[in-house]
Amino acid sequence: MSITKDKIIYVAKLARIRLDEKNLDHFTSQLDKILSYMEKLNQLNTDDTAQTSHVMGLSNVFRPDENTASLSNEEALSNAPEQENGHFKVPKII
Amino acid sequence: MELTQYSAYELSTMVGKGDIYPVDIAAAYLKRIAALDKNIHAFVHCDPEAVLKKAEKIKTGRLRGVPIAIKDNFCVKGQPTTCGSKILKDFRPPYNATVIEKLEQEGAIILGKVNMDEFAFGSSCETSAYGPTHNPWDITRAPGGSSGGSAAAVAARFAPWALGSDTGGSIRQPASLCGVVGLKPTYGRVSRYGLIAFASSLDQIGPLTLDVRDAALLSSVISGYDPKDSTSVNIPVPDYLQLLGENVKGLKIGIPKEYFITGIEDGVKNAVMQAIEVFRKLGAQIEEINLPHTEYAVATYYIVAPSEASSNLARFDGVQYGLRVTKGEKVSDSGLIDMYMKTRGEGFGQEALRRIILGTYSLSSGYYDAYYLKALKVRTKIGEDFKKAFARVDCIMTPTSPTGAFKLGERTDDPLAMYLSDIFTISANLAGIPALSIPCGFTPENLPVGLQILGKPFDEQTLFNAAHAYQQSTNWHRRKPAMAQK
Repeated sequence: MSITKDKIIYVAKLARIRLDEKNLDHFTSQLDKILSYMEKLNQLNTDDTAQTSHVMGLSNVFRPDENTASLSNEEALSNAPEQENGHFKVPKII
Repeated sequence: MELTQYSAYELSTMVGKGDIYPVDIAAAYLKRIAALDKNIHAFVHCDPEAVLKKAEKIKTGRLRGVPIAIKDNFCVKGQPTTCGSKILKDFRPPYNATVIEKLEQEGAIILGKVNMDEFAFGSSCETSAYGPTHNPWDITRAPGGSSGGSAAAVAARFAPWALGSDTGGSIRQPASLCGVVGLKPTYGRVSRYGLIAFASSLDQIGPLTLDVRDAALLSSVISGYDPKDSTSVNIPVPDYLQLLGENVKGLKIGIPKEYFITGIEDGVKNAVMQAIEVFRKLGAQIEEINLPHTEYAVATYYIVAPSEASSNLARFDGVQYGLRVTKGEKVSDSGLIDMYMKTRGEGFGQEALRRIILGTYSLSSGYYDAYYLKALKVRTKIGEDFKKAFARVDCIMTPTSPTGAFKLGERTDDPLAMYLSDIFTISANLAGIPALSIPCGFTPENLPVGLQILGKPFDEQTLFNAAHAYQQSTNWHRRKPAMAQK
């Protein structure tokens, strides 16, 4: 499988990343090389193999649904690039 | 003797007896950092006044007055926490990681934050947005990574010990390259709450120390179930230090032939073989074993880890914290998406961008089954290899890294070559098992070599005991780089 520049542009968009021309060329050739290396996995038959999620087999971890102390509004906003009236402020969406 | 020459255990004992005061220990390390860290660049943040003030107040705890260096991906309330990235340049967490809470309860003194590869993506500390760290054994060489700042700080005696995180070898490989002890505990043993996530199914927090006794002590303090980390496992934590033994008679040690392959330096191979000989002389039984899926580990890891990373790093979007970029040419009609794309494009460094793209690709529609799902299945096979092996042996010994410390800049242009430097460490993360690296000799260039000991899930004690026995009959861990002689 070979990776094209268009593919990288598409994936970068999915990841919400703007790549400059230099990085685009760079990543296209590097990812092509890396993904060819990954092809190695196709040597293995995994038809009857289950997938690993939690290595120690934990699943459905629950806790009681109780109120506990949490960050104050002020603390939660303490690192916000922009805020207004106790909320995170973002650029116009529509 | 200078206070900075003692182990953490020795310091805590001396404080306990009243022989020395916490503030004197802190002052000794701060003085050393101020004088010598300009050559190493282990620390990215250190506030000497605040440290001394804290040391003066400390009155109780098992680690009372013992300083510790913290990798910069742990949230420490009110202190800069950058993860080695520009995108978190001014971030100050409003809360502490669970391990930081545990350390403070025991009276430990946080000396500062130490350097790392950006978001722990790297094996050399060179992807840090704040410049590389240098190896105290040879400052033209990398300390390893991603916990390179932690390992260098301990080797340079800027701190008696440090915390790191290990996703594919990020504690053990730098420990090996800097000649210190490093443990990646069993997955779920230590709470990850407040550790900025890289790959959540692989990340684990662990100690970097001068000897095994310190690693046992620090592990006892930081381990344990935490309701705030739903992947942490509720199994009681032994008092590793109290139980520390040194008898390896009859211990069954497996040597996987897949780990002694081409590409491994002769100096590394020789040191590791000699270490295994030491264990044989101490009465252990050495057996050759097979871990047949070893050669697939790197490919599996570099699908699973970037996939999880691409998802975890979605949170850095210029909304709740960190960098926000809105200036420049328009890239999208929506102001919000425009901001996301510029912020992330400018905020992340090369390796972070590369891994996010790689991870997004392997999770994207049409490629998910071929890459991500396939990797999760091969991951199962790698885990099964270890289960089979541990039915026969108590632990497994291998080199930690195929080479000694490499030159800064040597591997930065070839990501695949850099990825292959993790070849011996990533299987433990994929299988979730504990793995310890201890110094076991030197290459002909006088660079430290690490012996890796892998164990059964939640059987850290066997690793500590074997390694402690080794350190009782050898002196490799007492060797210091020239810059740390006094």
